[in-house]
This record gives sequence, structure tokens and C-alpha cells, in this order.
Amino acid sequence: MFAYAVRRLLISIPVLLISTFLVFLMVSLSGDPLAELRARQPPPPESVLRAQAHELRLDQPLLERYWHWISGIPHGDFGPSVQNINIGHEILTRFGVTIRLVLLAVLLAAIIAGIVGVVSAARQYSPLDYTLTGIGFLFLAMPVFWFAILLKQLAVNFNLQTGRVIFYTIGDRSIETTGGLGAQIGDIVGHLILPTIVLAITSFASWSRFNRASMLEVLGSDYVRLARAKGLPRRHVLVRHALRTALAPMVTVMSLDFAAFFSGAIVTETVFQWHGMGDLLLTSIRLRDVYPVLAWLLIAGTAVILMNLIADLLYAVLDPRIRYA
Amino acid sequence: MPSTQPEEDHGPRAVRVTPTRGVSARPAGQDREFTVEARSQGRLILRRFLRHKLAVASLVVFVAVVLFAFAGATLWHYSYDQLTPDISAPPSLRHPFGTDSTGIDLMAMVMRGTQRSLEIALFVALAATCVGTVYGAIAGYYRGVSDTLMMRFVDLVLTFPTIAVAAILGAQVGTSAGSWFFIGIILAALTWPIVARVVRGSVLSLREKEFIEAARALGARDRRIIFGHLVPNVMGPVIVSVTILVAAAILSETGLSFIGFGVRPPDTSLGLLVSQAQTAVSTRPWLFYFPGAFIILIVLSINFIGDGLRDAFDPTQTRVRS
Repeated sequence: MFAYAVRRLLISIPVLLISTFLVFLMVSLSGDPLAELRARQPPPPESVLRAQAHELRLDQPLLERYWHWISGIPHGDFGPSVQNINIGHEILTRFGVTIRLVLLAVLLAAIIAGIVGVVSAARQYSPLDYTLTGIGFLFLAMPVFWFAILLKQLAVNFNLQTGRVIFYTIGDRSIETTGGLGAQIGDIVGHLILPTIVLAITSFASWSRFNRASMLEVLGSDYVRLARAKGLPRRHVLVRHALRTALAPMVTVMSLDFAAFFSGAIVTETVFQWHGMGDLLLTSIRLRDVYPVLAWLLIAGTAVILMNLIADLLYAVLDPRIRYA
Repeated sequence: MPSTQPEEDHGPRAVRVTPTRGVSARPAGQDREFTVEARSQGRLILRRFLRHKLAVASLVVFVAVVLFAFAGATLWHYSYDQLTPDISAPPSLRHPFGTDSTGIDLMAMVMRGTQRSLEIALFVALAATCVGTVYGAIAGYYRGVSDTLMMRFVDLVLTFPTIAVAAILGAQVGTSAGSWFFIGIILAALTWPIVARVVRGSVLSLREKEFIEAARALGARDRRIIFGHLVPNVMGPVIVSVTILVAAAILSETGLSFIGFGVRPPDTSLGLLVSQAQTAVSTRPWLFYFPGAFIILIVLSINFIGDGLRDAFDPTQTRVRS
């Protein structure tokens, strides 16, 4: 399995290179990063423009620029930026902010989807099943940003009513945190609750639908009937025998959706005004700042590939028939 | 079945099956005991779809929304860019959805926004389906190295986070008049692999079937087999994935407009309306709830239609615990 993981990672390197190259072309050809500088009144002297162009490597041909960027990465050099930031340092800080949101949301969505799928399948066509299915469809149709604003407003009203700040609605953490480590963790968790709920709730529905369908298939199979016939308790059969098998296809579906979580995180971060990767990406796109965009794609792409790999390995754990030789 | 028929009619002729498409065999007189109605595949699917009440209701809702957006906009006496003297008016008879802080009638804006969202979504569905179907059919039919390469490319496109890449591409669109068309192209370019995967999967199994072998034995060329025999037979899964695409495209488009890289002012879209209303949720809630409700209504009805179509095309998908 270790060899399989290594091989998978090696295969993903060219995929990442090609996708960063495509994005590099898109952003580089999309406009002039110096447009804002040129438009200034009074116009800056030609020498300043030329120095800036040199700084951003605009005087080099496209392919050379890309090569320059790629070869700098092993040394931790993610290229220059018009925003006067160290991209490597910046993106790592922001990655920490975003990944805790994404991972928690994936985990929460998976748990909700698992529970809802099992309950719906176990009580097929019961009022509970219809209610859960209805709720699932509703959230499936709900735009992330709309739900985020709605929840934010509810939290603001709730805070006003209780007179205490329980849910933080702005930022990824308070600007100044007082107190020890415990207070700081509490502060981060307080800021995390709402965005995590938003991201998880708007994503769990398709997974729970899928889990319900595969649970139904498994529950109709002979070995489950045998387990029941042996006299094993219903709960035991549901969780130990059926769920384990039913989870395997759901894990595949989940791994296809990981990229969507990064998309959802961009929107969620915008609503809650987080200084995460989404904020960096959108600012950089507006400024036609190519290197932070590339760094974003590289980091998000790597994260998605790693999550896919974990899902694949999990697949083998859930279904012992699958072994990666 | 009536069993009190004259005895001499109990023969093989009693059961009559007309192989003609969609034509039902009526009893030719009193001498038939019972008849079997032959239905074409299309009719069976239509019947199964019509039996799915939620899907039919959703279809009605969807058609109503389309009429509201396109026909309603021509009938309604306010336009989405027309300032009225009523500023920040709550919903009333004059302005059923209220007005915004500059006095523009929200219902007119919602109509316009729904038009944009639907146009983009339908364009995405059409373009992505055509490209994806042909691509997937070719990959699945030829298999081997070309299939591997083609599907690797599909995987590559699918690893892009849609909103991020669409924002990068959408940043250049600007405020040009045809911008919704570009947004459609961008979203189609990112979503066609979904169709390609579905089609390839079906074609892989279909190409081994006897009728394809027969076609090949009769000397049909590859092009004829792909477009004449394979593509028509994968239409079921394709139509279902179209509904998924339309729903996904509407959510992507509104999300994109929300973060500022989709439809831009002076034009409007449902996502843009929600974005403009996000600071006014508590003071002018109607600005926030109406556009959002329309997004949910459209996507919800399309999802239910898709569900009904899937059940109609493939009844085996509806699992009942044994």
C-alpha cells in the first residue's frame, strides 16, 4: 500500500505541473499587472515602470517566466508579487486558516451524511426518511453564499438577544486575544463554528443521498439477511455489516468533491471576511498578480490530491477485497 | 379480464401485440378476449415520468419560473434599470417584491436576473452536453491509449476548483455586453468532463453489445456506429446529467456573480442581487430573500425533474429493501 501511495503521488506531480502551467498562461495573458501603476496621476517615470516590470519578470518570455517560477519553488521562492508580500510565507499562513475550515467541514459533512444515509435507509419511506430527504434536497439547492449570509444574520440576532458574543461572525480570529492557550483555542473555535456549518451543510446532501442508495442496496443483500437470521441485533448489523460496505462507494464520491470544498471555502471566507486563501486568491486575480494565483492553485491542488489519496487508502480499509498491489 | 366470452375465441389470436411504435391495438370487435398495448420506449419513459408526481409538479414550477422571467419581463411595467420614486419600499401591490435603495423595482430585477441565470445555465448544459457526449463516446469506443489519455485530461480539468478558475477567466470578461455568454463558455469548459465521464462509462459497456457487433458486421463505419448507434443509446444517462449540469451551472454562476467575477452591473443576476443585499438583510430583508428564494426554487425544481427522469429512464435505480 505504501508503494501505491508513493506511485500515486508521483503521478500527480505532472498533473499539478500541467494545471499550474495552464493557469499561468490564463492569468499572464489576461492583462497587464502594471495597469494600475500606469493609470496613476501623475504618471510614474518610465524607469519606475521598467524596474517594476523587471521585478515582476515581465521582461522575460512566457516560458522562461514559468520555468523561473517552477525552479524557485524547491528553494521556497514563490515568485514576486505586486502586493509586496512574501508569497511563500503568506500562503502558508493563509493555508493554515483555510485548511482547518475545509477539513472540519469535510469531516462534519461526512458524519452527517453517514448518519442521515443510514437512518433514511433503515426507515425507508417513513416520515423521517421523507423529512431527511426533503431537507437534503433543500440544502442541495441552496447557494453557499445565501446560506452563509442567512446564518450570519441569525447569529448576529442571537448575539444581540443574549447580549453576549457566542458566535463570531467576522474574521478567522479576534485581532487581539487575551488569556492563555485555552482562550486562544476557544477564540478560533468560536470563529470556526459558523463557516464550518455553512460549508458542511451545503455539501452533505449529495453524499447522504448516495449513502442512502448504497445502504439500501447492501441491506437487500443476502449476507445482511444472514446476519439478521443468525440473530445479531439490528443495530449491530446496520453499523458493523451494512454501513462498512456502504461507506466504500460514498468515499469515492466524496473524493470527487474535495475540489468543490475549496471553491465553497472561497465563497464562505468572503462572507465571513476571513483572511484565508480565498481572500488572497480573489485579491490577486483583481490585481492580475499571477504568482499568488499560481501558489494558490499549487497548494489547493496538492491538498486535493492528498485528500484524494487518503480517500483511496480509506477505501481499501473499508473494503478488504480491494488491495493496491 | 372478462371471462364470460364466447368459447371459440380462446385461441392464440386472443393476445394481439402490435409492434408498431406507440400504436395501441384496439379490439377489432367483440371477439377479442383481451389486448396488449404495445408502447415504444419513449412512451414508457414518459409514462414513468408522469407517474413521478414531484417531478411533474417541479416541471410545472420550472415552466412557471421560465414564463415569469421571460414573458413576465415584457409585461411588467417596470424595468430592471428604471428608477422609481419609491425608495426602499417594502413589498406592496405596486412593487410585489419591494424596491432597493435607489428605487429600482425588485421584481423587475429578479426577472432579469432569472433570465440571465437561466440563459447561462441552459447554454452551459447544451455546450457541455454536446462536447462531453462526443468526447466520451469517442474515448469509450476506441479504448486503449487514446481513451487513457483523453480521460487523464478529463481528470485534469475536474481537479480545478470551478469557482477559482472561473474567477480567473471571468476577470477578463469585464462589463462587455455579451458577458453572460462568456460566463457560459467558461462554465461549460469546466463542466463538460462530467458528461464525458458518464457517456464513456455507458459506451464502454454498450460497445460490447450484439447490435454494435451486427452494425460492424454489416460494414458500418466507426462514425456511423458512434453517432448512429452509441450516442442515441446513452441519451438516458446524458439527459439526467444535463439536469445536474443545469443545477450546478446556476449555483456556480450565482456564486461567481456573488464574488464579483460573473455578471456585473449594470446587468444583473440572482447572485449579484444577493451580493448587493448582504448588508441589508436586517433593514431591507426582501432584497435578500426574494433573489435567494428564486435560486433555490429553480435549482430545487431542476433537481426533482432530474430525479424523475432518472427513475423514468432507469427504474432499476429505485431500490426498495427486500
